Amino acid sequence: MSARLEIIERNCKGCSICVEFCPKDVLEMDVFLVTAPRPEDCIKCMQCELLCPDFAIKVHDE
Amino acid sequence: MAYDYEKSIRPGKLPHIWCPGCGHGIVMKGLIRAMDTCELDRKNTAIVSGIGCASRLPGYLDACTLHTAHGRAAAFATGVKMAKPQMNVICVGGDGDGTAIGGNHFIHACRRNIDMTYVLMNNYIYGMTGGQFSPCTPTGDLASTTPYGNPDPIFDISKLAIGAGATFVARTTAAHPREIDKLIVKGIQHKGMAIIEVIDDCPTTYGRRNKFRSVIDMMKRLKTEAVSVKAAAKMTAEQLEGKFLTGVLFQDTEKPEYTVQYANVIKKAQGA
Amino acid sequence: MAKKVALLQGNEACAQGALYAGCKFFGGYPITPSTEVAEVLSVELPKVGGKFIQMEDEIAAMASVIGASLTGAKAITATSGPGVSLKQELIGYACIAEVPCVIINVMRGGPSTGMPTGPGQSDVMQAMWGTHGDHAAIALVPDSCQEIFSETVRAFNLAEKYRMPVQVLYDEIVGHMRERIEFPEPGELEVIDREAPSVSPEDYKPYDSTKGQVPPLAAFGSDYKYHVTGLNKADDGFPTTKASLVDAEERRQIDKVMDNIADIESYEEYLTEDADVVIWAYGSTSRSARYAVNELRKEGIKAGLFRPITLWPFPAKRTAELAEQAKAIVVAEMNLGQMVLEVERVAKGNCVVVHEGRVDGDPLNPGQIMDKVKEVL
Ligand SMILES: Cc1ncc(C[n+]2csc(CCOP(=O)(O)OP(=O)(O)O)c2C)c(N)n1
Ligand code: SF4
Ligand code: SF4
Ligand code: SF4
Ligand SMILES: [Mg+2]
Repeated sequence: MSARLEIIERNCKGCSICVEFCPKDVLEMDVFLVTAPRPEDCIKCMQCELLCPDFAIKVHDE
Repeated sequence: MAYDYEKSIRPGKLPHIWCPGCGHGIVMKGLIRAMDTCELDRKNTAIVSGIGCASRLPGYLDACTLHTAHGRAAAFATGVKMAKPQMNVICVGGDGDGTAIGGNHFIHACRRNIDMTYVLMNNYIYGMTGGQFSPCTPTGDLASTTPYGNPDPIFDISKLAIGAGATFVARTTAAHPREIDKLIVKGIQHKGMAIIEVIDDCPTTYGRRNKFRSVIDMMKRLKTEAVSVKAAAKMTAEQLEGKFLTGVLFQDTEKPEYTVQYANVIKKAQGA
Repeated sequence: MAKKVALLQGNEACAQGALYAGCKFFGGYPITPSTEVAEVLSVELPKVGGKFIQMEDEIAAMASVIGASLTGAKAITATSGPGVSLKQELIGYACIAEVPCVIINVMRGGPSTGMPTGPGQSDVMQAMWGTHGDHAAIALVPDSCQEIFSETVRAFNLAEKYRMPVQVLYDEIVGHMRERIEFPEPGELEVIDREAPSVSPEDYKPYDSTKGQVPPLAAFGSDYKYHVTGLNKADDGFPTTKASLVDAEERRQIDKVMDNIADIESYEEYLTEDADVVIWAYGSTSRSARYAVNELRKEGIKAGLFRPITLWPFPAKRTAELAEQAKAIVVAEMNLGQMVLEVERVAKGNCVVVHEGRVDGDPLNPGQIMDKVKEVL
């Protein structure tokens, strides 16, 4: 099962914590907003969701 | 998979007021997960805070929330718990709030061993007022009121809590999110005063002034400076230099809890 | 059935009044000359399932009282001047968050430690202006043990009815004086309980004043979840900086008192109808003043006594009327001139207003007041 990464743009403050601590380099910063260009690499470790201070990224089972 | 935090958050309250990268948001998520794990009925749960960035936390959560005055959370919470011991009482707040202006209330709540869970977010600084030093700002560090480096020694909050008589004391960091809820759950389940110190980051007023280029640097520092109690047992004093311990640091299940003690007072007074 | 009577100290009468009103929580810190209130309640509260806690200081005591009150308990603290100073920030908190509570101030001299075992009436302005920011205040000043009992009950009633802190001030003399008091039967004195919200938990807003100036306060731990803060807030209890909301809320909190002065006001008049000189005195000083009135009348001087029982809000209307009627008002108080400023303000020059005070630890005696009256006439 692949993952669907939901980014709640109005909550994201662009701190890049999720990008830095993703072990699989799934995420990227697009200036001040996070994007998920490589969802197929996601291993659903949940680090991004757990560490996001802003309730702005969610990892869904697809 | 994706955690449902939203059901615990008051509608329309996000985004919250904290700065990008502020650790307080990570702690709030941990607290929500812990309250869910313990199945706390929010109608019967009071979340009490003082003043500061950390103390803004209760306003977001759907519960009986009480945002009090600077430093006074533990004293307000003591009134709530005494008057209605059946309520779950959780205190949240910052290092300045809890150990400077509120230090006296903090130690006395610990001493009484009243049944509450106090999540203290230690970001080493007075964030809300723009980065003045707190009793937890490391000696030598820069703050807006220590332009030549902080001359003050620090409080070790966990040691302070143990010394004052709290019966559950644990520490973790904002970079260890799974441990945050694990320890808060233990704190909630513990009958007595539970202190959970979460070392977190204030990139805006502390990081900026003190060698940290970004919040990522600060998070990495938390990861490298934290050593679990278990791992520390196998390390030498030298290896432990510059580190702090995480995990459950102290637990005492013998000391009587305060509202139980007072229930005995009531029995005596009523001649039972 | 004969009423229960007892010889009680003022402080004991205060504690008994609190119990009569249904008080279930005391949070305090010992200080002379108020300590007996705590001592009696430490014995009596647990008997009725109430809670007594001695906190680490007066700030904590005030905090615990507000916390307890939010769970629905009628709550009280008792202290003296230095303790009231420490409580001030949180008295303001109780004002803005609108949490009912009763604060007893057994006054001594000061500033600072002053004369801990001597009487004083120097905290009367502090009762109004002690905390920062704009706010209304209610302060009651009983003059006897019986009245301390009944005014403590009334303090709880006003606190619960108007959702705010209410202070009761009396001085060391009445606090420690023993008098015979009659215990009112249950139901004899009015006891007002907090109004419960009439709306469902989903619709509840803790500061919604559409149905009245004083919104009902739900208890923590009932079915209602809501937010309490010391920040300026909207009707839903959450912080706001919206100018119109901030302004409306601040004004409502003052209006709820000032629009209801007739309900809150209480005073006693003695021989004022034809008085040329009115002695304006409260608390224990009014006892000397009454004696002075009687003596002056014997000498043919038409003296009268105006005795506020509600000191704040200030009895402006009646004081102004007396200023129009009398040649002079002598304000007698155990301080160096506090309420006299208010009397002067409302007298608007319509009569002479003079002050007679002392702060040396001795009570104002009738002779001193009589001399002042003769001097001014
Ligand atoms: C009586 C009082 N004194 C001072 C302040 C100003 N003040 C507000 S928050 C704060 C410091 C908060 O620091 P901390 O508790 O560490 O929380 P943080 O903002 O770092 O999360 C101070 C000094 C106040 N609000 N009230
Ligand atoms: S779940 Fe793990 S692997 Fe997937 S995007 Fe988040 S951090 Fe990266
Ligand atoms: S951690 Fe959260 S707030 Fe920060 S960039 Fe990622 S999604 Fe945005
Ligand atoms: S100032 Fe610091 S503590 Fe306050 S919200 Fe910003 S990062 Fe967090
Ligand atoms: Mg801080």
